[in-house]
Amino acid sequence: MELFSLFIRSIFIDNMIFAYFLGMCSYLAVSKTVKTSMGLGLAVTFVLIITAPINWLIDNYLLKEGSLIWLSPSLADVDLSYLSFIIFIAVIAAITQLVEMTVEKFSPSLYNALGIFLPLIAVNCAILGVGLFVQEREYTSISETTVYALGSGIGWWLAIISLAATREKLKYSNIPAPLRGLGITFILTGLMAIAFMSFMGIKI
Amino acid sequence: MEKNKEIKEKEPIFSKQNVDIIKKALSRNNPVTVQVLGICSSLAVTVQMKPALVMALSVMIVTGFSNLIISLMRNTIPQVIRIIVQLVVIAALVIIVDQLLKAYVYDVSKKLSVFVGLIITNCILMGRLEAFAMANKPLPSFIDGLSNGMGYGILLLIVAFFRELLGSGKLFGAQVIPQSFYDAGYANNGMMILPPMALITIGIIIWIQRSKNRELIEK
Repeated sequence: MELFSLFIRSIFIDNMIFAYFLGMCSYLAVSKTVKTSMGLGLAVTFVLIITAPINWLIDNYLLKEGSLIWLSPSLADVDLSYLSFIIFIAVIAAITQLVEMTVEKFSPSLYNALGIFLPLIAVNCAILGVGLFVQEREYTSISETTVYALGSGIGWWLAIISLAATREKLKYSNIPAPLRGLGITFILTGLMAIAFMSFMGIKI
Repeated sequence: MEKNKEIKEKEPIFSKQNVDIIKKALSRNNPVTVQVLGICSSLAVTVQMKPALVMALSVMIVTGFSNLIISLMRNTIPQVIRIIVQLVVIAALVIIVDQLLKAYVYDVSKKLSVFVGLIITNCILMGRLEAFAMANKPLPSFIDGLSNGMGYGILLLIVAFFRELLGSGKLFGAQVIPQSFYDAGYANNGMMILPPMALITIGIIIWIQRSKNRELIEK
């Protein structure tokens, strides 16, 4: 039950885009059509549920203060947590590469659909953000981490699809010239974020 | 105001070309409002001026030095693994900044929480490294990095200024709206503190910038 609540919370209330502005660059750049944003959302969710648990394992069994105790008791006061940024980003870059190769080998059609987005994911802030949030909030189990990653990914996916759908309709409206394109997209995202805030009080 | 001072100070030291780089990054080619880079990690830190300032300085340092380092190494980096090399350089710099913040301004560092780490994936860094540092000499690259960080920082400060002023009536934590205003019925706009207003503020800044500078308008 707790996991379910965490899942819902990470999709709606702690939405990566609307509450933390993570993954904003690709969110704004790739949301011109629903089809491509579908592909990117899928890719982000996919990479998230693989990288977050791996980063959790590394953090808890290698980096945290006292986590090396399983190797030998003399390492109890070793604290490597200052290395976590560089290790997390290396893991993400490596996994993205790996996922790209695997998908290319086993499902060429999915690979073609995701195409250029896979390598872009390495620098998507949402991925590193989830890794760091997991570390900061001290999630205690791997299942919690995975559920959080899945929820965040779905929330991101939902956000980018709804923005893309709105932008497709936006082509037919008469927007003041200086606001066209980027400006209106920002304001639109802001309005959507206000709508998402209505979930805030919900307790499950 | 801040812009002019910066350029005047640097003019005697740098050639005209370098000053051009700075000017471009601050206005016509602002990383946030024009290039759409680096919105990701940092809008959440614009609720108050102080964290925004610390964030802006950190980003400036990291962009400047990562551009410098990558530009120094640009001829020796193999093309295929350049992204990993760039990420390692950036991550190393961010770790240094993070440790410094933790050592000297611990309270701000706590407030910025994960967002310092997220400088690594700030698209300004990768964007400038790919677009500028990989093809230019160290000194111009360093200036390009610094001025892009500055362009980003100024925007961050403008947003933070309005959000803190309208949202809580303070600047840098000090009360600026006098008590008599509140007695007369003025109220803080709690909405400004919430995340959506950061986006809308930037939308409006883009609007103003583009209506002044019409060549930026998208079709």
